[in-house]
Amino acid sequence: MNQNTTIAKVHPVPATAGATAPGSAPFNQSGSRAHPPIASTGVIGWLRGNLFRGWFSSAVTLALGYFVVKWVVGLVYWALIRAHWTVPISANGQPDPSVCRAATDGACWAIIGEKYRFVLFGLYPYAEQWRPAICVALFIALYCISASRRFWRKELLVVWIATLALIGALMWGGFAGMTFVSQDAWGGLPITLMLATFGLAFAFPLSVLVALGRRSTNLPAVKLLCVLYVELIRGVPLVSLLFMASVMFPLFMPVGLNPDKLLRAQVAFILFAGAYLAEVVRGGLQTLPKGQFEAADALGLSYWRKTSLIVLPQALRLVIPPLVNTFIGFFKDTSLVLIIGIFDLLTAGKAAMADPIWNGFSTEIYLMLAAVYFMFCFAMSRYSSGLEREFNRNRNR
Amino acid sequence: MSATATDPRSSGTRAKPKRTIRLSWSDPVFRNIVWQILIVGFVAALVYYLVSNTNRNLADRHIATGFAFLSRNAGIGIGESLIPYDSATSTFAQALLVGLVNTIRVSVIGIVLATVLGTAIGIGRLSKNWLISRLAQLYVEVLRDIPVLLQLLFWYALLQSLPGARQALHFGNVFLSQRGLKFPLLVWNAAYGWAFAAFLVGLLGTIAWNRSAKRRQEEYGIKPRVWPVALALLIGLPVIAWAALGAPLVVDAPALRGFNFLGGGTMTPEFTALLLGLVIYSASYIAEIVRSGIQAIPQGQWEAAGALGLRPGSVLRLVVLPQSLRVIIPPMTSQYLNLAKNSSLAIAIGYPDIVAIANTTLNQTGQAIEGIGIIMAVYLSISVSISLFMNWYNARIALVER
Repeated sequence: MNQNTTIAKVHPVPATAGATAPGSAPFNQSGSRAHPPIASTGVIGWLRGNLFRGWFSSAVTLALGYFVVKWVVGLVYWALIRAHWTVPISANGQPDPSVCRAATDGACWAIIGEKYRFVLFGLYPYAEQWRPAICVALFIALYCISASRRFWRKELLVVWIATLALIGALMWGGFAGMTFVSQDAWGGLPITLMLATFGLAFAFPLSVLVALGRRSTNLPAVKLLCVLYVELIRGVPLVSLLFMASVMFPLFMPVGLNPDKLLRAQVAFILFAGAYLAEVVRGGLQTLPKGQFEAADALGLSYWRKTSLIVLPQALRLVIPPLVNTFIGFFKDTSLVLIIGIFDLLTAGKAAMADPIWNGFSTEIYLMLAAVYFMFCFAMSRYSSGLEREFNRNRNR
Repeated sequence: MSATATDPRSSGTRAKPKRTIRLSWSDPVFRNIVWQILIVGFVAALVYYLVSNTNRNLADRHIATGFAFLSRNAGIGIGESLIPYDSATSTFAQALLVGLVNTIRVSVIGIVLATVLGTAIGIGRLSKNWLISRLAQLYVEVLRDIPVLLQLLFWYALLQSLPGARQALHFGNVFLSQRGLKFPLLVWNAAYGWAFAAFLVGLLGTIAWNRSAKRRQEEYGIKPRVWPVALALLIGLPVIAWAALGAPLVVDAPALRGFNFLGGGTMTPEFTALLLGLVIYSASYIAEIVRSGIQAIPQGQWEAAGALGLRPGSVLRLVVLPQSLRVIIPPMTSQYLNLAKNSSLAIAIGYPDIVAIANTTLNQTGQAIEGIGIIMAVYLSISVSISLFMNWYNARIALVER
């Protein structure tokens, strides 16, 4: 009380405030009268709170802001203002990028206009490229349908099988007036999507089996096999598995049987993805409370009924966000097939850069490739984080 | 009292029910054994089938298996090597060793740099400064979603498009050109060895001083200053040792001779591109790990530390980061493993790592199985070493509970 009165002496307060709340009122009332409050709302308040909070923060903001502005201006200048969008056709019918070469401070987007069909579809016959284009659209539609929780039921499996079969039919052709196109001519984005999607479609069931095997306590030999498989694959880089697919698989096969290069890479991919997905699925199995297993046992369910009716529906639901994240990793890892010479998106881009006419414009192609990969991965990561939020909200309720 | 004593559930001496295996499908033990025999038998049969195919194929192609090729003369040209290597006289074993050293070099440097950059960006994402947090977020979102191989190729193409040696960009005696980064090096002198020894002694002294300072803090409540002593021991001692031996200082600066540089140290474009790609890509993942690790610490820890009068920087360093390490270490371990495994992408840009050299070896000798076996064995050992080290570290920082 004594302290209170001394403060009141220094900062006179309205009598009413002091009477109603003797403990706290003197501070907030008098402070606002002596110094007007620092703006904490509006543009000024936002700037003060988020950019110029103290001298250190202000200095960092100014220094970073300088570089950001400089970079953005430089980028706009390079990519838009000084860029060439088309180049003239020279006398021999080939495009002539000498205008681009003369102006070194601008992008040459003409190369994208010239090469995008090659980068996206590779060596597929030019007139038939509507077929891989439809396949890409089908893949994207398949992803969108699978992403929607409304369609998470058994019929989805049928949709997957039908769509993948349709994609195969469209790519090969050979019926209904479509010419047959052999696998050697496939390339670009469809190959990337195929490696990723077929890899997932086969690796996922494999991974569930391996995860169950690794969790089984009364089958020690099976558990050992699963642990060996997972740890061996996870311990070595994908590149070595792809090498194995390209040089060792032919040795494994019986004499006379020589599977296609793409198929071999696909098998390596499935084995690789299976090990990583198995670890994710195992994580889901581990978070399931023990009571669920015991309750299922108490009901007298057999192992497979317990697993398929009680355990997996709950465990897989939990691991969908990390599964999507793992899938993003595979999607990016499909680019590694460049090393064994399979014509995926990245390889097609590299081949496009090697064209002597367009020598020296690799940055533009790399940016296009990065944009394509980014669009797919970013969409998936947004989806995964949205799903995670949704699941957590349900759990917190 | 007597009731609990006679309760069979609490007495440890209760005899286990005797189990006999019945040869019936309804007996779970019997069933498990049959299942295991079936599955293991199937895998064994598959392996046998593949091995017999392989043997026949090898016989058809007249390839002899075995590691005898390792002692043959390699004749592979290797661009960069930390250990002595001569393509004319060295064996395949030595070439593979060069590759192994190169792999370890890029992995270790990459792990250190990616950790530093990733931690900085992860902390930056939580900054109250809007610009910093947005830039950090942009970095993470963009670079995480672009394949690392694409990034590597991009950096390599960028380094390749630098001007030639004659028009090199230079900052003093440091030259940046198509030939990579050339920088001055000190000419080796025995005095440096002694200075390094003095540094090690200083390091031991610093550790000892730090321990005694901690002891004194526990005893008297006041911690003696550590940094002046550390500075004197770590920098003073080596400088004294170096000065006592005559302070030799000969700099080998790179100089342009014809179309290339002579002298000095080199960071080749291949190594630089690989390092840049690995560090920049991994840092985006590490940043997310660090961010989620810090966010896993309850807000109360920040508030309590602030109430004790610690500044925000000290709160982060002394209270939050040590606790979040426990959350961070396991995912960080797998990120380090990924970085080491991603270093195998070196083959795409021509950096002579173990995969590139083993691949050349198997192309020259035809020993595909041995070559891939070597690659896998090397990476498995690297993976196991990183895992063991990180598990040891994790155990060391684990919360000791009663």
